[in-house]
Amino acid sequence: MALSIKQELCTACGLCVKVCPYEGVAVEDGMAYLTERCNFCGQCVSSCPTDAIVIELPRKGTVDTSLWKGVWVLAETDEGKIKGGTIELLGRGRALADERHCALEAVLLGHDCDYLAGEMVAFGADKVYVIDDPVVERYRTGPFSAVIAGLINEHKPEIVLISATPQGRDLGSRLAARIGAGLTADCTGLDIWDQEPLLLQTRPAFGGNIMARILCREARPQMATVRPNVFKKPQPDGSRTGEIVRVPVHLDERGAMSKIVEVIRESKDGQVNLVDAQIIVSGGRGLQAPENFALVRRLAAVLGGAVGASRATVDAGWISATHQVGQTGKTVSPKLYVAVGISGQIQHLAGMSSSDYIVAINRDASAPIFEHATFGLVGNLFEIVPALTAELEKRLAE
Amino acid sequence: MDFEFNEDQQAVLDAVRELCVEELRPKAEETDASGEFPWENIRKLAELDLCGIPVPEEYGGLGMDFLTWAAVGMELSRACTTTGAVFGAHMLAQYPIMLFGTEEQKRKYLVPLSTGEKIGAFGLTEPNAGSDAGNVKTSAVRVGDEYILNGTKIFITNAGEAETYIVIGNMQPDRGARGMTAFIFEKGFEGFTIGKNEKKMAFPSLPNRELIFQDAHTPAGNVLGGEKRGFRVAMQTLDLGRIGMGIGAVGVAQAAYEHALAYSKQRVQFGQTISNFQAIQFKLADMVVEIECARLLCNQAAWLKDQGKPFELQAAMAKLYASEVAMRVTNQAVQVLGGYGYTKEFPVERLMREAKLFEIVEGTSEIQRLVIANHILK
Amino acid sequence: MKIVACIKQVPATTNVRIDPETNALIRDGVESQVNPFDENAIESALQVKEALGGEAEVIALSMGPPQAESILREAVAMGCDDAILLTDAKFRGSDTLATSYTLARAIRKVGDVDLILCGKQAIDGDTAQVGPGIAEHLGIPQITFAIELSVEGKKVTARRMLEDSFEVVECRMPALVTVVKQINEPRRASMKNVLKARRHEITKWSAADVAAEDERIGFEGSPTVVWQIFTPPKREGGRLLEGTVEEMVGELAGEILEIRKSLASG
Repeated sequence: MALSIKQELCTACGLCVKVCPYEGVAVEDGMAYLTERCNFCGQCVSSCPTDAIVIELPRKGTVDTSLWKGVWVLAETDEGKIKGGTIELLGRGRALADERHCALEAVLLGHDCDYLAGEMVAFGADKVYVIDDPVVERYRTGPFSAVIAGLINEHKPEIVLISATPQGRDLGSRLAARIGAGLTADCTGLDIWDQEPLLLQTRPAFGGNIMARILCREARPQMATVRPNVFKKPQPDGSRTGEIVRVPVHLDERGAMSKIVEVIRESKDGQVNLVDAQIIVSGGRGLQAPENFALVRRLAAVLGGAVGASRATVDAGWISATHQVGQTGKTVSPKLYVAVGISGQIQHLAGMSSSDYIVAINRDASAPIFEHATFGLVGNLFEIVPALTAELEKRLAE
Repeated sequence: MDFEFNEDQQAVLDAVRELCVEELRPKAEETDASGEFPWENIRKLAELDLCGIPVPEEYGGLGMDFLTWAAVGMELSRACTTTGAVFGAHMLAQYPIMLFGTEEQKRKYLVPLSTGEKIGAFGLTEPNAGSDAGNVKTSAVRVGDEYILNGTKIFITNAGEAETYIVIGNMQPDRGARGMTAFIFEKGFEGFTIGKNEKKMAFPSLPNRELIFQDAHTPAGNVLGGEKRGFRVAMQTLDLGRIGMGIGAVGVAQAAYEHALAYSKQRVQFGQTISNFQAIQFKLADMVVEIECARLLCNQAAWLKDQGKPFELQAAMAKLYASEVAMRVTNQAVQVLGGYGYTKEFPVERLMREAKLFEIVEGTSEIQRLVIANHILK
Repeated sequence: MKIVACIKQVPATTNVRIDPETNALIRDGVESQVNPFDENAIESALQVKEALGGEAEVIALSMGPPQAESILREAVAMGCDDAILLTDAKFRGSDTLATSYTLARAIRKVGDVDLILCGKQAIDGDTAQVGPGIAEHLGIPQITFAIELSVEGKKVTARRMLEDSFEVVECRMPALVTVVKQINEPRRASMKNVLKARRHEITKWSAADVAAEDERIGFEGSPTVVWQIFTPPKREGGRLLEGTVEEMVGELAGEILEIRKSLASG
């Protein structure tokens, strides 16, 4: 990729200079020009009001991309079940395959896992490659990437999708390096580009503050890891038929490169660090009694967030001071702050006003918190919070 | 005239800034309220080589200068006033040894003070010798190869936690300043005990205790600067102490201003943030100007000291001005925060109580004015 | 034993503001820092060295523009024995594949490296791909998302942090481990070390120095391309939701789930 500035369109407004994080563009003599520090990140492109900065996508033409066909989903299993993220990818993969007029195929590695293949067909796969061997009973980088790299080189899928779980990210990045593919991590959007039949991958960057759209012009397959809970899970259709191909492999434990010594299923007790948390649900005096913090905790758990508290509740002994948000508590700046039964006195605001999004739930319409809330709900929190928790649970499970 | 720090100084300041923002400031309220000496913070300073910034490397220090020490002191005070106060008082034990210590005294006492292994204190003030520093009555008598001291010191910062004490005694109590002699004492010397802590208007976690000398022994080798030369030791130490007080005051003022600024941008009255009102804007503007002046005076005094030039006048000016600025700024900061500023919910009332210390300790504002007047009229 | 810690210079804050007039990102200055997870990697490397009684060499390695020298000095200030900056105009525009190839070439040049430590991901790219890419190019085992790490003889044992469980994995060195922030608390450099690091000679290597092939580096060697950058549509807010509890909750749930989508991965 290259960036160039169309001099005839440049008005030297200097917005690109402000936006560039690397001092990669400067304005001199009434014109913007790229400096040595330009890192081709592309942020200036969208900021230019006259569209004077363009991205050029050179085409080398060394790869015959027409040889690569098919959308693949690499399945991840856990405790004998297909993981939700894989199922979501089958749903999205089906749509992409239909648009590309090709097959949706899944790759399943495991041991005594045949029965899962049929499930994947029900979720939309036209074909499932099954590799059954004790060496791949549980995910390990070495055996999985070796087997799958071989399959990819043999069958040449155009697109390969992996769920962006820790195991999926471990596998995807190793695999992409092995086969020289382009991999886009942690996608929140997958579409077929309207200008060329390429996979358009949308993902957050800079801590989620900006979104980037990525293309992989020539390298094949186009690989993407996708965040779980982004795409909807498809409904299983038991009447669907598909081919199940058992791939014979000769795997040797000695070539595995690593050994799993122990698996510990500890529930991380939902202890999310308050100061670093991106989502915080906080409770205030409106909760009326200490046991009602359970409502706050449940909502926080569903959102994967931390639990915060107003000073009043801490002083009243309803929750420990480590949860206190405010002038004399902790200062937080999460993406989302949900204030439940908190009036929003200035000393509380001092601790959370720099949150990106603030949701306030309070029965008092004149509570100061509503002046700062992005979304305000005036009403009975004892009805609203359980309903919200249930609705979110429902939508996330879908 | 170069008003910029050089790269080494800036590197140190950047590191101290990070420490302040990430560790000291978040628990400053706790440190103050605990009523206990901030050992954790001091140990951190020691770990990071911050306890002997201007002390030569051969004596365990960083080998930098007093300007850096002053700038670091301002940052520490700004983040946590108690820690800043301990930091400033600690130098009062190091400095006289740097100036007057024998090689042996430097090796034995200056090194552990500079590595932060031990804390230091400076004992001059007595119940009847405050501004009248020459009225020191703690008697000192040479007996064999020791000196025996009898008397009491009060309000001594770091006393009790410190292990090394610079004590000003008097070998001729009836002849005033002429007999004053400086001694080095260690915690635990026979006859030397630490008395009660004062309950003060602020700084509950900063020890200010009595030193009690009842036939207290110190070896002859612990005379600092020579017999009957103690007045000189005391006065020169106080010169540096003035800068130390100045930097503490600047830190307090800076912290108060920052709270006032932040509050003014959030507090809404009459349909807008109060930062839109000129009454508030003028207060904030005045704060900024005064704090900057105080800072520059402190920096100048420290710089002159580093250049080996006379700095006593500028040190007195810095201390006088910075301490009065701290009072004015903290007072106005409470005013800006209004009712909330008067509560313990916000730190400005504490800062205002803390600010008062700097107008009194280490030479009251009245004494500073005398010092300055003497300079200009001599 | 030789340990390499791979570090990256990233913007000091990812909290960018959006100019409402231009809808463009405004950054408060162009300050930068060591990628926080890489500080954990340096700390892990130093702890491994300490566990071996100091019998190890820790080298910090970074690919970046000339100003990335400052993070290498920080690494030396923390205690790394040496630091190498891979810098060349030809590296510009590298995606993760090109970056991991380049870093692998440098590690080969260092030679006899037993353990490579990386932070799990960089806070600007958030991909978590470079570490495994390096391991693949070097043909060595990888252990990702380590929350605990120990070395015994030629064996590396690490506890990996998965979503709801932990996995203890073992492999033989040479190996590469990526670490999560919960693995340790990076030490603060003391002033003596900060000042000493200012005088340290940082080695600089170009593409030619590490024999990197032109078509595998920079944007030539990057199969992926950023086509477009945009700010996620700001949820329209500053309003009271209306309707029945069911209606309000329905609307809010939708807004919350959209906000969740633009969170960075943990």
